Amino acid sequence: MLLPEEGKAQSTTSADSMKTEVFSLSTAKAKSLSIEEMKAIAKRLRRYIISMTGKAGSGHPGGSLSAVEIVTALYFRILRHKPAEPQWADRDRFILSKGHAAPLLYAALAECGYFPIDELLTLRQLDSCLQGHTDCTVTPGVEMSAGALGQGLSFAIGVTLAGRLNSQKYRVYVLLGDGECDEGQVWEAAMAAAHFKVDNLVAIVDNNGQQIDGWNRDVMNLDPFNKKWQAFGWQVIEVDGHDLTQLIDAFEQAKQVKGKPTVIIAHTIKGKGVSFMENNPDFHGKAPNAEQVEIALKELE
Amino acid sequence: MPKEASTREAYGKTLVELGRENPDIVVLDADLSRSTMTHFFASEFPNRFFDCGIAEQNMVSIAAGLAASGKIPFASTFAVFLPGRCFDQVRMSIAQPGFNVKLVATHGGISIGEDGTSHQAVEDLALIGSLPGFTVIVPADAIETVQAVKVAAANYGPFYIRLCRPKIPLVYNESYRFNLGKAVSMRQGKDATIIAIGLMVAAALEAADNLKQEGIDCSVLNMSTLKPIDKAAIIKAATDTGAIVTAEEHLAHGGLGSEVAQVVARHHSVPMEFVAIKDTYAKSGKPAELLQRYGLTAKDIEQAVRSVVKKKVS
Repeated sequence: MLLPEEGKAQSTTSADSMKTEVFSLSTAKAKSLSIEEMKAIAKRLRRYIISMTGKAGSGHPGGSLSAVEIVTALYFRILRHKPAEPQWADRDRFILSKGHAAPLLYAALAECGYFPIDELLTLRQLDSCLQGHTDCTVTPGVEMSAGALGQGLSFAIGVTLAGRLNSQKYRVYVLLGDGECDEGQVWEAAMAAAHFKVDNLVAIVDNNGQQIDGWNRDVMNLDPFNKKWQAFGWQVIEVDGHDLTQLIDAFEQAKQVKGKPTVIIAHTIKGKGVSFMENNPDFHGKAPNAEQVEIALKELE
Repeated sequence: MPKEASTREAYGKTLVELGRENPDIVVLDADLSRSTMTHFFASEFPNRFFDCGIAEQNMVSIAAGLAASGKIPFASTFAVFLPGRCFDQVRMSIAQPGFNVKLVATHGGISIGEDGTSHQAVEDLALIGSLPGFTVIVPADAIETVQAVKVAAANYGPFYIRLCRPKIPLVYNESYRFNLGKAVSMRQGKDATIIAIGLMVAAALEAADNLKQEGIDCSVLNMSTLKPIDKAAIIKAATDTGAIVTAEEHLAHGGLGSEVAQVVARHHSVPMEFVAIKDTYAKSGKPAELLQRYGLTAKDIEQAVRSVVKKKVS
């Protein structure tokens, strides 16, 4: 049987949804959460990713799991946003350029209260507001329709320039995949962001080292990755992408950088948190089957 | 000879006018601002002008980000690069979300002349017209260009406006009012209808005048809004005249002719002829030489009308 039993997946998720409310829906900031509380959220997001993709029978768990801490640090500490008012003009923007990590973004948005947690189990179904790759026309809180890789950094520059023209103070965060950096447009954008001196723009690269056909170094070598960004005129910060404290410090540090954009190269593990998915490119674009869902959820208890 | 004027100069000057009226108008270019004429805007509003360098994909997605944040971006380069060089960006960054981006491509068609194949956009209308949600306008002269640009600025959603390099004859006077989505009747006749866009409208008028002298009485429609196309006007033309010739500076497939033929086939089938570039690339040459070589003159339209009228009789 390919799909998890309907009832099982449902009960898992509804149990998860009986969580403490972390958001006061009307304010722009999450309640002050400890690192331990954020770790618990990260684990919950991982559980959602497994349940969602398992239920859908397709999707991209590997590159969703690798960026869980990045997204958790942003949505539950760094971003100024209002889940009850997704179009709030002064919100900090999070732009998911690696649109295949949609399950992660949906999990985080649901956890924040942009839409009900139960909605997550409709992932990839006909008429669901949760499309296979992000679609900003149907999902509250999604800034950009992505999935065609390489466009998010450019889009983020446009959002940043508009804020500058309007004298708005919002900051713009864009999450790229490392494999995505094969796309020439990423480097067109890297050049332009430095040229336009957009210092309220932060790119985060989910550097899990793998893409569909295997390791980056075998498919298309990116090294020396940090030096490339430096040469393009960016402030570069490297962190352990699964360490919330390091990530939060990096985001705070980026706020102090003036006159140029910042890239945070987050060293991560593809499939992080699920033993048989870790560093396994098979799970880039393959969902766990029912048995695997069960094992994964056990590991994530 | 009718008076001639440049459509891209009309565009550039209209942008400045719009910029003065609306602070949300911003302009992007890809290192061709002196050719697309966005440099007029750049010198008056340097803070609202973004030269993206020779990086059309980046320009298009930046424009989308600006639009997503409430700006009204006009992005310009040559029609061969926009949408050709950045089709996926136009599709996913602009068309799918329906962002309020105005793509104004100059140097459409083969009338760009001597630069040759690499710079001759003969597929752009097929590409852009294939994208759900885009409004596509091909103005017939500089006066219609001014108005089309203003209409694009005033109406939410993605627009593509295709202009050309050479000065082209004015077919309108200043009292003309462009009506989005409505074909403009330029001549009334009973034997056939010529439906044209861009610089082929002037050629269609010349052809209609010449044909009248040999007793063929033609209607001429300017289909400046290529998408959404004015179905009612096409059906009326088919019903009233019983034969249709389309004329465009574009490949025969995927442009005006294909669109009109779909409407005709579905609603009121009549004989048709297509004045367009056959399935080939053009070469370097003077604009007039090229238009002649590739079958885009008044004479070619006249020949097509004679042929379609014959089919109608038999």
